[in-house]
This record gives sequence, C-alpha cells and structure tokens, in this order.
Amino acid sequence: MKYIHSICFALAVLMMGSAFADTQKLVLTGSSTVAPLALEIGKRFEQRNPGVRVDVQTGGSTRGVNDARTGLADIGMASRALKSDEGDLTSYRIAMDGIGIILHRDNPVHELSDGQIRAIYTGKITNWKSLGGTDQKITVVNKAAGRSTLELFLHHFKLNNREVRPHVIIGDNQQGIKTVAGNVGAIGYVSIGTAEYEQTYGTPIRLLGMNGVAATVDNVREAHFPLSRPLNLVSTGAPNPLAQQFISFAQSQAVDDLVTAQYFVPSAR
Amino acid sequence: MIWSRHNTSSLARADTALTRVTGSIALAVAVLLGLVLMLLIKESGAVLAEGGWIRFFNSDGWYPQSGEYNLLPMLWATLAASLGALLIALPLGVMSAVFSRFYAPVWMVSPLRRIMMLLAGIPSVVYGLWGLTVLVPLVGSWMPPGSSLLSAIFILALMILPTVSLTSEAALTAVSPASLQGAAALGLSRKGIVLGVAIPEARAGIMTGALLATMRALGETMAVLMVAGNVVQTPGSLFDSVRVLTANIALEMPYATGDHRAALFASGLLLMMIVTLLAWLAGRQQAGDERGHAHA
Repeated sequence: MKYIHSICFALAVLMMGSAFADTQKLVLTGSSTVAPLALEIGKRFEQRNPGVRVDVQTGGSTRGVNDARTGLADIGMASRALKSDEGDLTSYRIAMDGIGIILHRDNPVHELSDGQIRAIYTGKITNWKSLGGTDQKITVVNKAAGRSTLELFLHHFKLNNREVRPHVIIGDNQQGIKTVAGNVGAIGYVSIGTAEYEQTYGTPIRLLGMNGVAATVDNVREAHFPLSRPLNLVSTGAPNPLAQQFISFAQSQAVDDLVTAQYFVPSAR
Repeated sequence: MIWSRHNTSSLARADTALTRVTGSIALAVAVLLGLVLMLLIKESGAVLAEGGWIRFFNSDGWYPQSGEYNLLPMLWATLAASLGALLIALPLGVMSAVFSRFYAPVWMVSPLRRIMMLLAGIPSVVYGLWGLTVLVPLVGSWMPPGSSLLSAIFILALMILPTVSLTSEAALTAVSPASLQGAAALGLSRKGIVLGVAIPEARAGIMTGALLATMRALGETMAVLMVAGNVVQTPGSLFDSVRVLTANIALEMPYATGDHRAALFASGLLLMMIVTLLAWLAGRQQAGDERGHAHA
C-alpha cells in the first residue's frame, strides 16, 4: 500500500510539474459586456491549444484599456470604439452589439423620434394617442440593472436609470419579447438579433427603425444602426504571439456560433 | 414498539453499518444547512458590517449603482404576494379536500388526487410561461399593463393549491373514525359533521399545510419573475407592478459585483430568516397538535 501511495504521489508531482512548465497564461480584463463572450471564446481556445489558460476578469471598458496599456493584461476588452486619446492602442472588433425598440405588431405607430422615446421612458408621454396611435396606455418595459443592453440604451438616449418610469422590468430578451407580444400598448427594447428572429417566425412584434435606418442585423453588422456598438479587444501595438493568436481566433469564423449565442452580431469580414 | 429498540445482544453487522450510513447522511444534511447559512452570512458580511443592516431599510430605494439598497418595498411585495395567494388557495384547497373526502363518488377520489399531485409537480417555469402568455394579457386587457401583484397572486395561488389540498385531505383522513361515527350516530347532517367535527379536528394539520404552502410561495422565483413586472416599489394596489426578493436575486445576480452582490446575499438571508420562522411555527403547530391528541 505504502509503495503505491508514494508512486502515485510522485507521478502526480511529475504531471503537475510538467503541466505548469507548459502552461501559458493569457489575461484579459475589461468590459463586463464582452467578458461572457471572451470567456466562451477562451474555453474553445483552451481546447484547441492544450497548455494555454485564458483568464478573464471584468471591471469595465476603461479598466480594459488601462490594463492593456500598462501591461497588467495581455488583452483588454472594451464595449466601445477607442477614443481619440487612446491612439497608442489597437482595437480588434470581435462582434457588434445592437438593440432595437420593439412595439406590438398591432400598434399603428411606425416611427418614434429619440425625443419621443425619451419622453415615453421618463413618463412624460403616457398614451399612444399623442403619438398618432390609438387611445391606449403605454406600458414601458425596461431592463434590470446591470444588463449591458440597459447601459447602451440609457447612454444612447442620455437617460439616467432613476428618471426612467418603467411599468415592467425584464431580465432576458425572450421575456421582453413575450411581454411586448402580449400587450398591444407596450414598448420595449431588446437585442436586434433575437427580435429579428422572432419577428420572422411570426411573433406579433415590430422592430422600429431609428433615424431612417431599419433595425436589421445587417445594419448592425455594418455599424449603420445608431443604437449599436462594437465589442473590441484592445492591445498595444505589438501584442505577444499568444495574444496575437487569440485575437485572430476571436475574429475568425470559428467563433461565430458563440457570438450569436450571446445575441451579438458577428462582425463583417 | 419493542422492535424499534436497539437489541444490543445481537446487533448484526449490517445494522451497525446502516446506522452509521443513515446517521451520517442525516448529519450531513444538517451540516449542509449550516454551511448554506454561513455562506449567506459571509457573502453579505461586507455590506452588513460597513453600512449596517439599517441601510436595507432606510435608503432612498433600490439603486445598486449608487449604493442604495432598500429592501422594504420588495419585502412588502413578497409578503403581499404570498399572503394573497394563501387567501385564495386555502379556502379552495380545503373545499376540494372536503369534497374528495366526504362528497365525491368513490371512482372520482383517486383520479382527483392524481391530478392534484400532477399539479404539484409541474415545473414553476411552465406556470410562468402560461402566466406570461395567457394570464398577464388577460389581466392587462382589464387593467394594463397586466404584469402586476394580482398576476403574481393568481400564479402563486395556483401553484400552492395542490399542496394545501393534499395536506388538508391527509389531515381530514386522519380524523378518527370514532368522532365521525359518533357525530353521525348523534344524527348530525353531513354538513354538520364536516363543519362541526372533521374540520375542527383536522385544523392543526390544515394549518401546517398552509404554512408549508406559504413557504413555497415565498421561495418561488421563476413564475413570479415572469408575471409580476419587477418594478421595485411598495405595492399600492393589486394592479401595481412589484418585484419580490427572490426575483430580485435572480434578475441581478448574474451581473452584480462587490456591495451589490453582498446586498443580494443579504436579501437571501432575509428570506431564509422568514422561512425559518415559518418552519418553526409549523413545527410548533404540529407539536401542539400531537400534545392535543395525547390528552384526548
């Protein structure tokens, strides 16, 4: 018994030692919107490259940019384009995130301006009548705090979540679509990918265009749609070979299914 | 009673082994509960220690981004939804139990019980889907937006009805035949027997069932999350959108960090305290019942 134990122990030490010797670690930090996607991509990357460990930490786009700059992280994650004073970094787009305003299909209103949407969400307009619709109370559907969709929506319409007067708060996209589909007076916003899919398959919702641009996945991919943003990986001018390999992998077609599964849109190639 | 005593003279090896296995499993369950409680306290410790628990009751509202964590509106919503559900489910459940125990034709009793068991076994997310696609639009056509305290009460009532009904039926079945026969011999009508003898004698059992059902209602998450609307506000009317504590945890936990996360754990702790209190009440109820029977 004793021998077996010591042999096992020796083997374990050997294996661990060799594993540590070969392990290369890749650290990604930044945007909590990109993180879940990066985590999934990282898992697949680990599978294909044994001995590599991908470590993903969140902390916001700004942290991602700072960490990439100082070298604390090999790669930063940012859910926005780089600013003009961040020219020392290079960004690599891995996906687009776009959200669309949805109404019930039977709602006669076909277009809303940014100002009108802001007025609806702050409770200044409470009936569809004043927007050219029927005499019906507006049900405002908002997202739960912390969701990236909420952040993008509030940022685009320059709203503070405290000003928003919601009637229903939802968690995921599906719940939002079902809520709007079941209430003719409802207005909500969800990921365009999901909404387009549901609309095609007969769910009674309608995606509204914005500023004359139709809310379609194609327009999000081409970055034409106003309510969309790029999801980027950022790094300094010369990332190390492993980081470079990861970035190319994250931009390749091999991860399109992961991107779609998170309701993002794979970027144009 | 003799067979349940340890027969020390010929305690078989198998018995010793079984005693140890069952004993350690029982112990493990208790330890697990203790660990869950410890985890809740540890994870919520950050917020509890620095801001004090008072922060959960006197903040401006629930604004995790700016560090304001008022749990009161959600606590009221949770209690209102559970209590409302109980007010609907208790009479209905007791009545259905009375029917199947005293009035139903024999061939109906067993299918009825099976249906109740099936109802009890339906996953809550299915109730939620039904609520979201049928109940909410229905309530909404009457009083928009439909996602409201009332919808939550209806869904919860439907979910706890089988529990109430099955436990009530068990309690009614446990009423001693002697009491029922005695009442019948005194010439009481069936209505008189049910209202005057059976239900009073089964009261403790029915109440225990009601407490268990309330615990389920308090802890229910998915179905309520889908129909209640989830706006954090103290319910002023049945048609207000409300958020219950469990839904709050489910909605925000995936994205919560730091103090926000700790506050969610604290709301879990609060829920657990309420449920523990109810469990204690249920235990007391039962103990009282047993004492009562012993004296009788």
